[in-house]
Order: sequence, then structure tokens, then C-alpha cells
Amino acid sequence: MTLGASYEGGILRVFLSGELDHHAAKKTVDFIEKKIDAHLPREMVLDMKDLSFMDSSGIAVILKSYRRMKEVGGVMQVENVNKQPLRVLLASNVERVVKIIAETKEA
Amino acid sequence: MTEINNVRIEFLSRSSNESFARTAVACIAAQLDPTLEELGDIKTAVSEAVTNCIVHAYPESLGKIMVRARLFDDNSIEVTVRDWGCGIPDIDKARTPMYSTGGDDRSGMGFTIMESFMDKLQVRSKEGRGTTVIMRRKISPRVSKK
Repeated sequence: MTLGASYEGGILRVFLSGELDHHAAKKTVDFIEKKIDAHLPREMVLDMKDLSFMDSSGIAVILKSYRRMKEVGGVMQVENVNKQPLRVLLASNVERVVKIIAETKEA
Repeated sequence: MTEINNVRIEFLSRSSNESFARTAVACIAAQLDPTLEELGDIKTAVSEAVTNCIVHAYPESLGKIMVRARLFDDNSIEVTVRDWGCGIPDIDKARTPMYSTGGDDRSGMGFTIMESFMDKLQVRSKEGRGTTVIMRRKISPRVSKK
């Protein structure tokens, strides 16, 4: 699991790369919460373009990030979701809480 | 239905073994010539079952986890994930979506995902003795994939 982030104009973008399972979850949550606390963004984007695998541990990561963003008065969405992670997200009904954008958006 | 392969692995309940277990089962399942999506489903279900052993069966200690994959000539795979940990007091409750004893670190979706990604899910557990999860999934034959 490799983590990256960028911040510009009130938008925090967090890049997840590799495999997000229970083993990687704590490190991921700590990273995201630290970035949110440092920037207090109005919007957070979880970019999953390079995430090749995710299990239900990723759902808990998304819900925790969502709650932290709510606490700081911001919104969040998940973008560029690959097939396997998308199936997990849909099976978990997480799109009732967090907006999911599956396709890679080309600039 | 005849068994054509039977592979068994055992490892300690370290979280670093989650990726090992799902990758190992995927390697065996590959002999049935699955699609990437079928392989992804099997990997996800195995990841959920093994994570349950690590998080719930052995919460305070390291214990043994056994994963067995059997392939059958009807192009199906059966995956067994077994632990000798604390057991599940109420299996129906544990299988309820969003229910978890793991706090907000866990989503409570593990069994739900195993159920929806595999064709069949069987859970046997005895408190203080351990838990066995058996999952089956049929792989569509290659001819119908074109």
C-alpha cells in the first residue's frame, strides 16, 4: 500500500495505490486523518486509480474518512474506482453515504 | 463431481498473511481458467474469511489458520478457511450486514461479501474451539466466455 496526497484550492486529494486490506487499513486511516487535520479541506477526494485490490476493510476506511470530513465541515467522494474495488463498494451499499465515481476522468 | 486438485496451506494469524492467503488461492484457482473478475471475487472472499480469523478468532494472540482449496471437474472451487480460535457465539448475528464486534475499524460486511461473491457459504463454529468457513464458486467454462 502506497499513499500520497495533494492539496489545492480547498480540495484534498488522497491517492491510494496497491492493495487495501486489514493489514494496510490502519496506516491508511492514520495517513488520511493526518492530512485532513493538517489542511481542513472543504472537499476530500479518495483517488483509487492505482488501487488494484480492496476488501471490506476499505469500507471501514472510507466511512472513517467520511466521518472525519463531516467533523471538519467538508464533503468527500471516491473517484477512479477499478472493477474489483467497485464490486466491494457496491456490495456494501456505501454509495448511500459517499459519492462513488467509477470511471477514470480524463482532463 | 470428481476432485481434480487439493491444496492445503497453514500459516500464523499475522495480518501480513492476508495478501499471501488470497494470492495463493488465486494461483490455485487459476487452474480452472477463470476470468479476472471471477478471480477477484475469490480473492476478496478469501481475504474476508482470513481477516476474520486474524481479527476475531485470535484477538490477543497468534494462532494457526488453515486454508484449503479443492478443484472439481465441474469447474468449481471449494475454499475452506479454518481456525482454532475463540469461535462465534451467534453465527446468524455475525452474518448480519453491518454487524461487527470489531468497532469502527471494521465495516461488518465480511460475511455479506463472502455470500455475495461466492455461490455458497457455510459457517460452522464452536465457542472456544474454532470456526470453519466453506465457500464454493463455479467458474464459467471458457467457451461461453467468448
